Amino acid sequence: MNRQVRRVGLMLTIMFIALFAMASSIQVIRTAEFYQDSRNVRASFETYKTQRGVIVVGGEAIVTSTAVNDDYQYLREYESVIYSPITGYFSIFSGSTGIERAMNTYLSGQSSAQFFEQINALLDGTPVTGAAVELTIDPAAQRAAWDALGNRKGAVVAIEPATGRILALVSKPTFDANLLASHSFGDVTDAYQNYAENEDDPLVNRAIAGDLYHPGSVFKLVVASAALESGNYTVASEFENLSEYQLPGTSTVVKNSSGSSCGSGEMVTLETALIRSCNIPFAMLAVELGQDRIRAQAELMGFGDEVGIPLAVSPSIYPEDMDLAQTGLSGFGQFDVRVSPMQMAMVTAAIANQGVIMKPQLIATVVASNLNVLSQPQPVVFSSPISRQTAGFLTRMMVDSVEVGVAGRAGISQVAVAGKTGTAENGPADPYTLWFTGFAPAEAPQVVVTVVVEDGGGIGQNGTGNQIAAPIAKAVMEAVLK
Amino acid sequence: MSNLSLTSAIPKLIRAVPRSRNFEAMLIFWVAGIQAFALAQIQLSILQVMTWEMLLYWAPPAVTAMIMHWVLRRYAVKADGLMLPLSYLLNGLGIAIIYRLDLAELANGGTELYAQRQVWLSCFAMLVAALIIRAVPNHLALRRFPFISGLAAVVLLLLPAAPIIGRTVNGATLWVGTDDLSFQPGEIAKILLAIFFAGYLVSRQGSLAEIGSRVMGIRVPRAKDLGPVLLFWFASLAVLVVQRDLGTSILYFGLFLVMIYTATGRGFYIGAGLVMMVTGTLVASRFFDYVERRFDIWLDPLSSANYNSIGGSYQLVQGFFGMANGDVIGTGLGGGFPQLIPLAESDFIFAALGEELGLAGVFVILSVYLLLVYRGLRIANSHPDDFSKLLSLGLSFVIGLQVFVVAGGVMGLLPLTGLTTPFLAAGGSSLLANWAIIALLLIISDSSLRSNR
Repeated sequence: MNRQVRRVGLMLTIMFIALFAMASSIQVIRTAEFYQDSRNVRASFETYKTQRGVIVVGGEAIVTSTAVNDDYQYLREYESVIYSPITGYFSIFSGSTGIERAMNTYLSGQSSAQFFEQINALLDGTPVTGAAVELTIDPAAQRAAWDALGNRKGAVVAIEPATGRILALVSKPTFDANLLASHSFGDVTDAYQNYAENEDDPLVNRAIAGDLYHPGSVFKLVVASAALESGNYTVASEFENLSEYQLPGTSTVVKNSSGSSCGSGEMVTLETALIRSCNIPFAMLAVELGQDRIRAQAELMGFGDEVGIPLAVSPSIYPEDMDLAQTGLSGFGQFDVRVSPMQMAMVTAAIANQGVIMKPQLIATVVASNLNVLSQPQPVVFSSPISRQTAGFLTRMMVDSVEVGVAGRAGISQVAVAGKTGTAENGPADPYTLWFTGFAPAEAPQVVVTVVVEDGGGIGQNGTGNQIAAPIAKAVMEAVLK
Repeated sequence: MSNLSLTSAIPKLIRAVPRSRNFEAMLIFWVAGIQAFALAQIQLSILQVMTWEMLLYWAPPAVTAMIMHWVLRRYAVKADGLMLPLSYLLNGLGIAIIYRLDLAELANGGTELYAQRQVWLSCFAMLVAALIIRAVPNHLALRRFPFISGLAAVVLLLLPAAPIIGRTVNGATLWVGTDDLSFQPGEIAKILLAIFFAGYLVSRQGSLAEIGSRVMGIRVPRAKDLGPVLLFWFASLAVLVVQRDLGTSILYFGLFLVMIYTATGRGFYIGAGLVMMVTGTLVASRFFDYVERRFDIWLDPLSSANYNSIGGSYQLVQGFFGMANGDVIGTGLGGGFPQLIPLAESDFIFAALGEELGLAGVFVILSVYLLLVYRGLRIANSHPDDFSKLLSLGLSFVIGLQVFVVAGGVMGLLPLTGLTTPFLAAGGSSLLANWAIIALLLIISDSSLRSNR
């Protein structure tokens, strides 16, 4: 029997060699793979040992890390839900989003700029503290936008056109980041589950990263820009004034939102068409210009670009390979034209800033715990999509649109407001998407505001951009100008 | 008595205590030192201070190990000298890492603590082992009750499936008792089964080894001798179905195959048994969701579907992450995050140790197990009596196989099962069973050297 006993010994030895091999595979060969796995929270646990930097708005910390007595050492606390779409959350169990994610290396003290601090920490044992990130957000504008949007679903973007500084970035509905930053695994997974399953997508920042919207009439600013820039059109260029327009090669008929022709007269000018926001002249214009010219103009203004503010903006879309009928529909922002509110704010900023788009930016300064300034993004030109003259024409038309046209409810007494509304259709019975984009004061713009309200602001197909979106923009403009 | 005879008696008196006993005592001190060091490192790393509380986790097992040593000195003086210190080392290391997990639990405001309980259960199990050594002077008595042992084993195995007292935890029906007090009868059943197999096989040795006809060059036993093999194959599949645990099924069938192979010297049994086991399991995986799920998870633990599903690979993958975090030398006790792994104090204690002690620690722990198993096989090899040979082989093999199945499961070598890590994992049944196995092996080794004289 001893032969068998020795063989059993050999067999067990071989089985244990397999265990040795498996352990070596996990603990030596595959360590990098496992360490980089996004589900491995151990990597982030290392960062919990440092006190994460604060996020500052208007001189006050809105996101802080407080020492607590558990494994995770510091609890991330968010002061107000109105900043959630911007800051995102920093969760031990569900990853991170927003500024928390985009600025993580600074906030966690791991950026190369904090190298000497890290060395000091090694030498004298003082722990590294994350850098503070100050945002460009104007708390008054943010609050005004939040309050004015009320219970509606939608987003508000406000930009300082001369610098690209983002003054407000609101998205509703949103989430309470404190629930996701909790140190209780069960609470966080429950909260995350609730948010993720909510059909209103509260975790999404609609201003930059939601499902893109049909722009409707606000896209006419892009088409008008393309026309004026082409050199073949002026504000006085005339189109046949129809009450119905049959799209080329189809039986589909386009109407103006008034249901009749664009004012009186046989012919209608580009200026009138924009002020009154008529669809037929813009459909005709788009067909005449051709999709390539409009697309080129749109791309100069940022379509197809992620921008990076430093959060990524979902690239807006002007479709490829359209036929003439589809091109006609795209002339007033229908068919498959899709935009983010941030993109429309950039288009508007080009007009406000005499033809130059400054790159939108959320970061004002990044300051290390030893008060060294680590980063201070300077205003940079994003593009110069239109001439100063075109910008001037469009400004005039937008001012008229507020003063005498269809954007009247954005008007502020004693201030010249330039604006354009949009009431985009999403389907035969679906509620409209309501838009307003504009700036003030028209002669020396301090703020560009773009507002989008989903689901027709809750009143289906009865609301208009002027009725619902324009007053929200007005409130934000007043908050900035005050 | 004359002066002369007294002086001549002195060398005899000294030799009466063999060197292995003194060596054992020395090793016990050494192991106690290692455990104290581990506990100190844990306290310094997590609490930043050393407290007297450390003694609660150190002194009781150390004292009990010394009591057991004293019992051996008194009643089984020629017993193997390495098994007690090796088992005590594993047991002590288990207590240390469980204490470390308790500290993490306390820091997170939790209340589920295991270390104190584990200390007393360990002491209890060691005292029971000492009692067995004291009360069973001759293990050959066990040979008289093979069928009673077998019957008792079957009853124990079926208990968890019984109404009222049976309990299902994490999908496996392996426990009896209430929430506060539960017991895994399967752990004890494995000892009874080894006794049963040893007794049965020794009596049937001849006929089972008889050469039947040759089929395609392989010597196949006579059909009637295959009966017990088939019976036991069905029995272990029944365990798989009733208890919903692949590990228990593999453990018992593996034990049976190795023991019948050793008794008969017919490799056929192992070959045929492995084929039957694999086929049976594959068929079961087609009919039973829980077996199929285990296989899915095993084949692709990292896929997000398996990772996110309830009862999926989350625990397994967290174990991988932990072990990978340990790298070669480990994070050091108290330096890692083993508390992130669900059930790190029991089913996944191997991964917890792998994280904090690293590959080096894993190699040492596995080597300690292997050494323990080798010592058991050495007893089987040198014992003159066939029953003792078979029993000691079976008992040592069952420890080795259990470690293989558990550690293999945690590291993704095998599908994950509900078996416990001998001596390390929190849990009384497992401690009691494994210390009882050590007691039996010690008795057999003692008798081996006595009869060899």
